[in-house]
Amino acid sequence: MTTASIEMPQYEAPPLWRIMRRLFVILGAVVLIIFALIEILPFVFTLANSFKCLPAIAAEPQAVIPVPPFGISCVDENGRVLPASEMATDLTFNPSTEGYQEILNLNLPRWAANTALYSVSIMILRLVFDSLAGYALARIRFPGNRLIFLIVLGTLMVPAVVLLIPRFIILKQLGILNTYHGLILTLAADGFGIFLMKQFFESIPVEIEEAAMVDGASRFTLFWRIVLPMATPALTSLAILSFQGQWNNFMDALIIIGGNQQLWNLPLGLAFLRGASGETLRWHQFLAGSVLTTLPMAVIFFIFQRQFVEGVAYTGLKG
Amino acid sequence: MSESLTSPLVTPQRVTTQADRRRQEALTGFGFIAPALTILIVFLVIPLIAAGYFSLTDWNGITPLTREDAYQFVGLRNYERLLIEDGIRQERFFTAVKNTVYYVLGVVPTQTFFALILAVIVNQRWLRAKDFFRTAFYFPSITSSVVISLIFMFLFSSNGLVNQFLHSIFPGYRDVTWLNDPNGIIHNFLGLFGITRASVGDWASTEIASIRLWDWISGPSVTMLMIMMLNVWTTIGTMMVIYLAALQNIPGQVYEAAVVDGANAIQIFRHITVPLLRPTTFFVVTVGLIGAFQVFDQIFVISNGGPANTTLTIAYLVYASGFTDNRMGQAAATAAVLFVIIFTFTLLQRRIVGEQAIE
Repeated sequence: MTTASIEMPQYEAPPLWRIMRRLFVILGAVVLIIFALIEILPFVFTLANSFKCLPAIAAEPQAVIPVPPFGISCVDENGRVLPASEMATDLTFNPSTEGYQEILNLNLPRWAANTALYSVSIMILRLVFDSLAGYALARIRFPGNRLIFLIVLGTLMVPAVVLLIPRFIILKQLGILNTYHGLILTLAADGFGIFLMKQFFESIPVEIEEAAMVDGASRFTLFWRIVLPMATPALTSLAILSFQGQWNNFMDALIIIGGNQQLWNLPLGLAFLRGASGETLRWHQFLAGSVLTTLPMAVIFFIFQRQFVEGVAYTGLKG
Repeated sequence: MSESLTSPLVTPQRVTTQADRRRQEALTGFGFIAPALTILIVFLVIPLIAAGYFSLTDWNGITPLTREDAYQFVGLRNYERLLIEDGIRQERFFTAVKNTVYYVLGVVPTQTFFALILAVIVNQRWLRAKDFFRTAFYFPSITSSVVISLIFMFLFSSNGLVNQFLHSIFPGYRDVTWLNDPNGIIHNFLGLFGITRASVGDWASTEIASIRLWDWISGPSVTMLMIMMLNVWTTIGTMMVIYLAALQNIPGQVYEAAVVDGANAIQIFRHITVPLLRPTTFFVVTVGLIGAFQVFDQIFVISNGGPANTTLTIAYLVYASGFTDNRMGQAAATAAVLFVIIFTFTLLQRRIVGEQAIE
């Protein structure tokens, strides 16, 4: 804090002040570390327990250190389920892949493939449709431009939960309930994305486009060749937000494709697995499924970390 | 093209008049907007209108609408049953309202407060490993709500890690069945002082909207409290990142000037940071409110509205009346009421905090 006043005589903080400041720093660090632990530990325990046999999960959920032998079987040669004491202690456990094997046999690969299909196709459609619409609203003059923008803004005010029943009704009427294209088409464009792209296009100087127009470029060429490449940051944000939202989408999937097991995505599959299990929860399966569902998103998150955080901050500041 | 207009050697058919150009431009505009607009109209605007209409019918959601007897027009009957007429539906609806309000009142201030505190700490100059903390706090927001619900069920199960941990800190702690405890936390608190329904007198049995006064003041149930903690845990990171971005936009000179004037850390926080962040707080609270009113996924996975309807939220009630009770008309009416509630809160919030933000 003395850096701002180099030319002033060196400012000596009174001793009490310095102690107070140090206390603040320590207090802040402690609060931060406690919260970081609270946020991280559930994932650590999930990961560790996903590699345990069911008895070990029940008896020693706190054990997080894997020790050899690795890849143990949860039953012995005689088919007897091994007791927890033979594969875990207070701190250590012998890892097993039983939960993963079981969940992979429970149609999880199919759910994963479906999830990837929904997330990627909806992301691509949104990038195309939202940026086309955003550009039209930002730059092209046509009758109804204002009105359409107001409709787009209006759709942002409609909470997702409120659309549960209405969408079910319409999709049923259109006969596309419980189909791949039913879910994909419903979510192929969104008001938020259009708004985001419009804001971004408006921030690009119009002179660049005017110059290209003089050279005889058509609107579409202009958009495709010149404007869109400049919009990479906004497109990245939109792509990430859309992909993340669809990878984890539960509510829309429940209503639109819940009726056909073959179409389920990962969240839907896990939720129904839990629902079907009643009181006796097979935690090794659930935790393995949770890890497998989270893993692809986590990898993408660590690669595009900056864009994730900037995307949220950007959309946040827009409010 | 403007070049060709000025050229005398141009062939007639290549001349484009101003009107032609404008028409061309308009057509392009429609072409650009058509795909997105079609999607929004077909899957959002029309459904909303249709739902408004079906909220005035007794359709069960199953009988094909092509059949003549699929539904009857019942006017405002569904709304009447929800809001005015004493009975089971009114009781269920207002139970959901009560639960949702406790949920919102608990979650939104808590997550906003902690997000602000954490953002301010992470923004401090002395802090190392800023990126690590930002990542750690943000990670839950990118995780599926279903996965997080499963993880929390695991942690909060009766012999789970949370109970074990509390045991090790407080030896006298009696295990709480987090996942299946319908007792309201305000009731529990009053119980500590010996205040129970029997001891408070008859006034507590007076019914307002089919719910006894005593039950209105129950507070969220223990199970609901657990779901509230889950959502605070998930949302803090997003809100913190938004606050952090806003904090980094406050110019350093503002703080330096305050330090030169002899302000201490608490004064700076109270009189500089918080007021400058007011627009961000407005945003965080509004987004938090809208999100909290819609809580659904976690309820679906963890409790299905139970135990004893104490985690039944309005959003879950919409789903349950439509798809479990097969009362699609009733569900549409419930959704419409939820829409109005969220909308009112958004406007109210905008009016109160929005005006302060401008000052």
